[in-house]
Amino acid sequence: MSFAWATPYEPKSDLARWFDDRLPLPRLVHGAVGGGYPVPRNLNYAWNFGVLAGIFLMIQIVTGIVLAMHYYASADGAFNSVEHIMRDVNGGWMLRYAHANGASFFFIVVYIHIFRGLFYASYKAPRELIWMLGLVIYLLMMATAFMGYVLPWGQMSYWGAQVITGFFSAIPLVGEPIRVWLLGGFVPDQAALTRFFSLHYLMPFVIAGVVILHIWSLHIPGSSNPTGVDVKTEKDTLPFHPFYTAKDGWFAGFFLLLYCAILFFAPNALGHPDNYIPANGLSTPAHIVPEWYFLPFYAILKSFTVDFIMPAKLWGVIAMFGSILLLFFLSWLDRSPVRSGHYRPVFKRFFWILVIDVFVLGWAGGSTPTPAVVAISQIATAYYFAHFLIILPLIAKFERPMPLPSSITASVLHGENEESAPYGLAKTAPVAAV
Amino acid sequence: MIRKIGPIVGLGFVFVLFLSLFSGLSAYFQAPPEATAEEEFHKHPKKLHLASDGPLGHFDRQQLQRGFQVYKEVCAACHGLKLVAFRDLAALGYEEPEIKAIANQWLTEVPSVNPDTGEVASRKAVPSDRFPSPYANDTAARAANNNAYPPDLSLMTKARHNGPAYVHSLLTGYEAQQPAELLKKFPAAKTSPGLYYNPYFANLNIAMPPPITSDGQVTYADGTMATVDQMSADVSAFLTWTAEPKLENRHRWGLVVLTFLLFATILGYLSYRNIWASAKRKVAPVGPLDPANMARREEAKDERGIAG
Amino acid sequence: MATLEEPQVANGPDANVADGGVRRRDFINIAAVSFAGVGAAAIVLPLVNQMSPSADVLALASTEIDISKIAPGQAIKTTWQKQPVFVRNLMPAEIAAAKKVPLSELRDPQSLSERTKPGKENWLITMGVCTHLGCIPLGTGEGENRGEFGGYFCPCHGSHYDTAARIRKGPAPTNLLVPEYAFTSDTVVTIG
Repeated sequence: MSFAWATPYEPKSDLARWFDDRLPLPRLVHGAVGGGYPVPRNLNYAWNFGVLAGIFLMIQIVTGIVLAMHYYASADGAFNSVEHIMRDVNGGWMLRYAHANGASFFFIVVYIHIFRGLFYASYKAPRELIWMLGLVIYLLMMATAFMGYVLPWGQMSYWGAQVITGFFSAIPLVGEPIRVWLLGGFVPDQAALTRFFSLHYLMPFVIAGVVILHIWSLHIPGSSNPTGVDVKTEKDTLPFHPFYTAKDGWFAGFFLLLYCAILFFAPNALGHPDNYIPANGLSTPAHIVPEWYFLPFYAILKSFTVDFIMPAKLWGVIAMFGSILLLFFLSWLDRSPVRSGHYRPVFKRFFWILVIDVFVLGWAGGSTPTPAVVAISQIATAYYFAHFLIILPLIAKFERPMPLPSSITASVLHGENEESAPYGLAKTAPVAAV
Repeated sequence: MIRKIGPIVGLGFVFVLFLSLFSGLSAYFQAPPEATAEEEFHKHPKKLHLASDGPLGHFDRQQLQRGFQVYKEVCAACHGLKLVAFRDLAALGYEEPEIKAIANQWLTEVPSVNPDTGEVASRKAVPSDRFPSPYANDTAARAANNNAYPPDLSLMTKARHNGPAYVHSLLTGYEAQQPAELLKKFPAAKTSPGLYYNPYFANLNIAMPPPITSDGQVTYADGTMATVDQMSADVSAFLTWTAEPKLENRHRWGLVVLTFLLFATILGYLSYRNIWASAKRKVAPVGPLDPANMARREEAKDERGIAG
Repeated sequence: MATLEEPQVANGPDANVADGGVRRRDFINIAAVSFAGVGAAAIVLPLVNQMSPSADVLALASTEIDISKIAPGQAIKTTWQKQPVFVRNLMPAEIAAAKKVPLSELRDPQSLSERTKPGKENWLITMGVCTHLGCIPLGTGEGENRGEFGGYFCPCHGSHYDTAARIRKGPAPTNLLVPEYAFTSDTVVTIG
């Protein structure tokens, strides 16, 4: 791997040697997640969420493949096939709830993972490509989840598909033809359902491929760490196995505990009752809302209510996609030489305002659009764009960051002889060495 | 370059948003939106306690059987239950011959084809059949019910927020007269003929006439007093079962899985601490604000003060 | 004067080998991994089980047949578990012919009484699937070819079955299969 002191792979048995000579897979695994991959020793639990996301991807793929053995992608039969799974298939109720709640937990984990990246500026050089590949994964996840939600063909499935494909008609000139092309019809119907099923089955494997690129590109510079200071010596790192396999392992158990608590005791808490009503193209539900993980973007979409050069609807669509696309440019918007938010007090405050802002957007997206809610979502949307496009570049330029520890080992020691404080406590001047 | 374009794009979005905000606020203050009848007079469901509530919930089979009886005698004439099969009633405690009889004597027959002439016909249900719909199709259902479609009840308690309580409140919540206040404020919300006022219904006026009107409408086989409230609660419990027949299974497995995961997590955590014991920093994590270090800092300051 | 203390870096549990061989402190690691392994294995069970027939398929695993309308000498074709079943009401002559055949002559020796229920010898209920390669033999309908032995005839490769549906000539290896059935009344048979 990239660090000189990484333990090289030594086959432990003749069989292992025979295999490794012909296909260096054991060597690859050793260097990627085994004793041969040095990782900074000071990672906190925010670093657990990448592996957790991989686990949930695996859960979704396995439960999805098994559900596809019983699901029936017909406009007449899809809803009934899902109920057949829930009632008649052996353990079907568990598989269905596992898959539906697995999607929610996949997004929870990925959001925490993204916010870790935002706070510790994991998007900065040399990790820009990891960040961008991650955003590609996120976009693919959103597409996969949207199409998956259409498959049960409930009221929210149908009307959600109507709304989302309706975005495309906002594009001038080519919008409506694109929308009809996507649906294979004028409204979501049989053609749309079968192609969504096909693509929903395909996309997780595309995601898996991009995840491999994401991890591969990570293993070139190695993981970042909470201080943002680069790895300098062997003392700064620990081999991934057994230290981080153990840490990831126990925390995964804990997180699966939360997942199973929801799955077995509140499986419909994150869903919407309207999706237990079969789709009816002639009856619009009182409030069409997407699943909770799309709510902030839904709020951004609905915030633009005034025509200005472009129609309001087009502003909403552009802003909604723009809110994710601008993240691709984060490494160039935020030019601060310091990575970690722990050493950037101004940045840190704005970061937490952003977190609150995203929760407010989520709340607004799920609420009935009364004038008050719309006004709040407009302010929150304005802050979101201002944060990334205006505030971050300004902070990077004018902020005075705190001094950094000289190395990871030094910060771990918390010795007061260090140049800087352990993170979060730099209130006193450094003490002269006596 | 990005740092120049970025803020411009950002300001653009912010500007359009403030335009929207301003226009929204001025529209609000010029013409505040009026309350609707639904907003003011719609009631949230009353609390309903069922055996199936909570993480350790289970089904009260006696209550389910009573609820099934209410469904059969009151609701089945108009409302289907097409996702439930007669054989599923075994979960309520009925024996096989009882189920065969229930299926055979059901008020509607299952559509089939005459084997000799090929004409559309019907046959008596068998346990492997699902409950046949009371109407041939949606159009027939509407035609028989003043253009209102009586929804299938299989999933009703999952298809409404707070479903079981909603069903119970709806059935017991009919009011013979609309409140005078409502008629005064919202004369347009007057109940038209063919509809009935029920504040628990989202639109306040529902096409279904009160189905359970008097005590004793159903004579329970187990002798329980059949008050309107009792019958409504029983049928709500029954519909909770039809929507989620695997509830007890789910709770039981939930306990098993959570217990296992708790043990696995604890063992995992202990193993983690064991492995990391060798890698933790040897110096106790005492920071600069620790009193011992503060004292030493004071000393060092004094020394420096003295020294120069 | 504080000194910089080096952390005792142990890049693995090897540094703690107190006694040779199994380290007591590793039991917790082994326990944790075993628990996780048991969990992983347990997850496989529902994944495999879900492929078994679902409740609605199992509900159709047994069928009831009304035999009141079948006259002696007649047969009907019906289905059970989505496969054809022949139900024949044997005539006395057919019963006699079946009983006359010595078992040593049969490729798959079975007597008529072994293939019918006691007291209901005239009711021959068999699968309608030729035991050679699975075609549906002729002989149930009026005027159909019943082969050289007066039972059933499979046109695909020329298997002849006798009045007790036993293989007499042709490539089929065994007699037409008699499924599990019972008379739930004089006019109703439950198969499966």
